Parts: sequence; C-alpha cells; structure tokens
Amino acid sequence: MKTLRKIWKWFDDRTGTTEAINPLADHLVPPDANWLYVFGSATLFCFILQVVTGLALAFLYQPSTGPAYESLKYITYQAHFGHFLRGIHYFGASAMILLVGIHMIRVYLMAAFKYPREMSWISGSILLVLTVTMGFTGQLLRWDSNGIWSAIVGAEQAGRIPFFGKAVARIFLGGETITGLTVSRFFSIHVFLIPAMLFALIGLHLYMVVRNGISEPPKTGNKVDPANYRKWYQKMLKDKGVPFWPNAGWRDLAFGVLVILVIVILSLIVGPPEIGKPPDPTDIYANPRPDWYFMWIFALFALMPREIESVAIAFSPVILGIVLILLPLINNKGERSPLRRPWAIAIVTIIVTMVASFWYIGQKSPWSPAFQTKPLSQEVIGNVSTNARDGGDLFYKKACIYCHTVSGYGGKRGPDLSYVGSRLTSEQITIKIVNGGGNMPSFGASLTGKDLNDLTTFLLTRKK
Amino acid sequence: MKNDLNMDSRRSFIIKLLGISGGILAIIISIPVIGVFLEPLARKKPEMWRSVGNVDKFKTGETVLVDFPNSSSLPWTGTVSKTASWLRRVSDTQFIAFSVHCTHLGCPVHWLPDAEIFLCPCHGGVFNKDGSYAAGPPPKDLSQYPVRIEKNEVQILASPIPITTL
Repeated sequence: MKTLRKIWKWFDDRTGTTEAINPLADHLVPPDANWLYVFGSATLFCFILQVVTGLALAFLYQPSTGPAYESLKYITYQAHFGHFLRGIHYFGASAMILLVGIHMIRVYLMAAFKYPREMSWISGSILLVLTVTMGFTGQLLRWDSNGIWSAIVGAEQAGRIPFFGKAVARIFLGGETITGLTVSRFFSIHVFLIPAMLFALIGLHLYMVVRNGISEPPKTGNKVDPANYRKWYQKMLKDKGVPFWPNAGWRDLAFGVLVILVIVILSLIVGPPEIGKPPDPTDIYANPRPDWYFMWIFALFALMPREIESVAIAFSPVILGIVLILLPLINNKGERSPLRRPWAIAIVTIIVTMVASFWYIGQKSPWSPAFQTKPLSQEVIGNVSTNARDGGDLFYKKACIYCHTVSGYGGKRGPDLSYVGSRLTSEQITIKIVNGGGNMPSFGASLTGKDLNDLTTFLLTRKK
Repeated sequence: MKNDLNMDSRRSFIIKLLGISGGILAIIISIPVIGVFLEPLARKKPEMWRSVGNVDKFKTGETVLVDFPNSSSLPWTGTVSKTASWLRRVSDTQFIAFSVHCTHLGCPVHWLPDAEIFLCPCHGGVFNKDGSYAAGPPPKDLSQYPVRIEKNEVQILASPIPITTL
C-alpha cells in the first residue's frame, strides 16, 4: 500500500494530474443546480460506453459488403460476449439519442442558450446532428436485408437535395449501386469520421461549460443582460457557489450509473435487435423499417401530402439547421424562466406530441399493405350467393384485402369495408372500384365486367 | 537597431515561408483524402448488357422478377452484387424492365399479378402494370432499365439505382 502511494505520488508529481483535475473538480457552480442538470453528462457517459463497446465490436465485425452479414451472425451467436456487446451498443445508442433530446429540451425550456452560452447551444445542435447520423449509419452497419434497403432509402432521401442530390446519393452509397465499397464507407464514417468530430465538439462543448459556468436555474424576473451578466454570475458564485465535486457532480454520477445499469440490464434481458434475412437486393420480399428513433420520420413520409413531400425532404433539414443556429443569436437576452416564456412551452409540447404521435402511428404503419393476409375463409364470406362468394375470393386475388379490412381480416390503408354494404350503394361501390381516388388506384382496367359485378355483390353483403 | 529590424523581417519571412509550405503540404495531402471520399462521382458510369434468359422463357402479358449481376461489382461484393428487375413482356418483340425501386424512397415494390399492380411495402405506393403512377406517395412513375433482344436473349442494361430527384 505504501509503495503504491509512493508510486502515485511520483506519478502525480511528474504529470501534474491532481493539479490539472482539482481546479475542475473544485470550480464553483450555482448552489441550486438540480436533478434536471444530469442529462448532458448522462449523454456523455453513454457516448463513452458507445466508444468502448464499439471498439470491442470492431474487433469482430468485418466491415465489407460481402462478409459483414456473416460476421454479424458470428458476433451475435458465436463470439464470447458478442450478443451482450451488441445489446449494450444498441441500447447505448438508443439511450444517447433519447438523452440528447431530453437535454436539449431542458436547455431550451430553461433558456440556458442565452448569453453567454450561445456557442454551447450551437455546438450542441451540431452534436445532435452527429449523434443522429451515428444512429443511422449504425443501423446500416447491421448489414442485413433491412440494412441494404435502409441504405437505399437513405440515398433516395439524399437525392432530393437540389442540384447535387444524385451526386450526394452516389457519394453516400459509394457508387452507382450498392457495391463492394458501400459497407466500408459506412464503417469509416461511423467509426472514424463522425466519432472524431464528436470528440472535438464534445471537448468544445465541455470547455464552454467550464468557461461560462453552468447556467443557474432560472428565476422569474431575473433577466439576462449581456452588459453585466458575467459580473453578476461571478459575484453570485463567489457569494453562494459550491464546488462542482461533490456538491453537484454526485448527481451526474448517480444518474449516469443508473442509466448504464439500465442499458446493461436491457441488453441482458432484451438483447440486441434480431438480424434479418441476408442482404440480397434481389430478395424483394423485404419490409424495410427504421430503428425506433427514426420511426416518426418514416410515418411522416407516409402521411405528408404528396405534392410537398420532395420539397420538404430537401429543405426541412436546412430550415431546421438555420432555426437552431439562429435561436441563441437573435434571442440571447431577457427572461429565462419557462413560466414567462409560454411560447417555449407551447413549442416543446407541440414538437413532442407530434413526434410521439407520428412514432405511434409509425409503429402500426396502417399505410403498409398487409401482404401476409390470407384469402378470406368461407366462414368470413358467409352463406351468400355464388356471385358474392366469387367476389369474396376476388377481394383477396385482386389485392383489395391488402389495404381494406373485412371482418377483422386485411390491411388498414383504406377504409374498413366490414359494413360497407350499409354505407354505400351498388353504384357508389362500382364507381369507387373502377376509378379509385385518393390513395386507391383505379381497378377499372384489370377487372372484367363479371369480376366487377361479383366484387360489388360481395361488398354489398357486408352489412351491420 | 537596423540589424534587429533585419532579423525581424528575416524571421517573419521564414515563418511566412514555413506557413505557406505547410499549407501547400496540407493541401497536397487533402486532395487524395477528400478525393477518395468523392471518388464515386469520378468513377466511370458502368453500364453493361446482362442476359436474363431466352426470349421464349417469358410469356406475353406477364411480369416476372429477374436478376442479374449489377454493373459495379467488385470481387468481394458477395450477394449484394446483384440487381433485380420486374420484366414485363408486352408483345412478341417488346419488353419493359422496371426497376424494383419505388420512386418514393427506393423500397422494393411487389408485383401482384392478379390485381395487375405494383405495391410498395414501405408507405403503400401503387403503380399500374405499365409502371405509371397509380396511388400513394410516389412522386413519379416506376423507373425503367433499357432492354433489348440480342441473339434471342433478353438483355437488360445494368445501370445505376434510379434516384428520384427534386
């Protein structure tokens, strides 16, 4: 023990470790910093967890278009700890995205982005974008059927960028199609490029916390005035400040430990996402779905009016970026309390509700055709005329059932037709089938007169 | 005094010179680094005719799934080096090769032969049998690959994944 202490003393003397850390640990912070201040540090803990588990996964993963899939299977089912590591990496990513969002909402509601912390907000916004990009590229590295189709969906979105769309899509895919260079490209971006940027920006983000201090919890009426805020803040710290460690830092540590514990438990109990079918662009019977954090965007794509969608895909990221950067620049002084900033509360409520609703509907994806549906049984079709029975068969054969439900069977894209016979007349049904409209294609050309008659007869039997 | 000035200007000259040479070196190194990133743009657009079968294999009026090696395959690409296409025989001499990618966001469309529509699993886009837009979110008709008949073989021009632009 004595020897160890001696070695430490020698090391500390030569390296100046204590001298470097003590001022950081002892620096004064506002006394009333509370549990709402833990989300940023928890995000950082998750990031470190991602770096460490990512490093371990990189020992096993084959970052190449051909063998990537087999190596994923190896990691998941054969390699020691592989299943666990993938689980931590997945739930760590999920936690990071969730926490970055909560952290951002907290900072926005408390207006901590106002003078002198504008650059904290701007660097944080870039960190948000980088974190989300990590999520997306990480999902692609899970190179199964879902992975390749997500890559193509990503390229298609990039394609909507004005003028350079095609070029960006090509750069993204690493070629004109998915090629041998696609996975190594995603790997480099996910493992080297973005993490390097993250390290640099997290450094800046943290340095600014030390330089400008932790924002004090807002008090109603206590307005930020750039002319004398710093002086006021320094005086407040001198009068009432408490050392960061342990007075404030213990909460960061406690919450960080809790978050990592939850991640570990989830990866042990739930485990990593299943690996899907092999990545084969000719196996078109795939059903691409994004990971949960993009589910709301997936839903947005289905529900946005068709006329504005391409423009929205192209410009909404730009507009969002401009808004995020301008926010602290044009709104850097005055009231910080959310109680005096009702618009801030309204905006957060609207955005959270919107994302949550789109997420919820995205989980259900009622717009997706129900390809797995079986033909209607005689029981469902019921004791009806021969024509209506043929119509019931056609309801499946002509793909009506993929989008419409009859007595609980079928898709949810179009209206439920269980009781359509009570709602519509024979003519109305015929017109709708022949012409289509809205999200329904016209079936006039692909149905014979008898087919049309049988289908209509069948639908008329669906009554309350 | 005069000597000092000389020293100063000499030093600042050398520092400037070092700065400029350092900058030039940085640019020289950046060119290949950024170049590799942008290389997919400079690569020659690969296009190759690929046979997908004898003409007699396909029945007039039918649409079937065919696959062929894509045009930018590398030795280690594995299963991903293939491309699929919905091939429709319109008449004795006319074929249409549709891209399987929905023009909305690139998901693979399914052909439903009885209903004679293409249906997309992602957001429910629908196309008619001739590839024209029928319903749902896609902004335009299904893309087509050039197709030809050569020595009684149907050949499709393996070309880039169609990207829908603004």
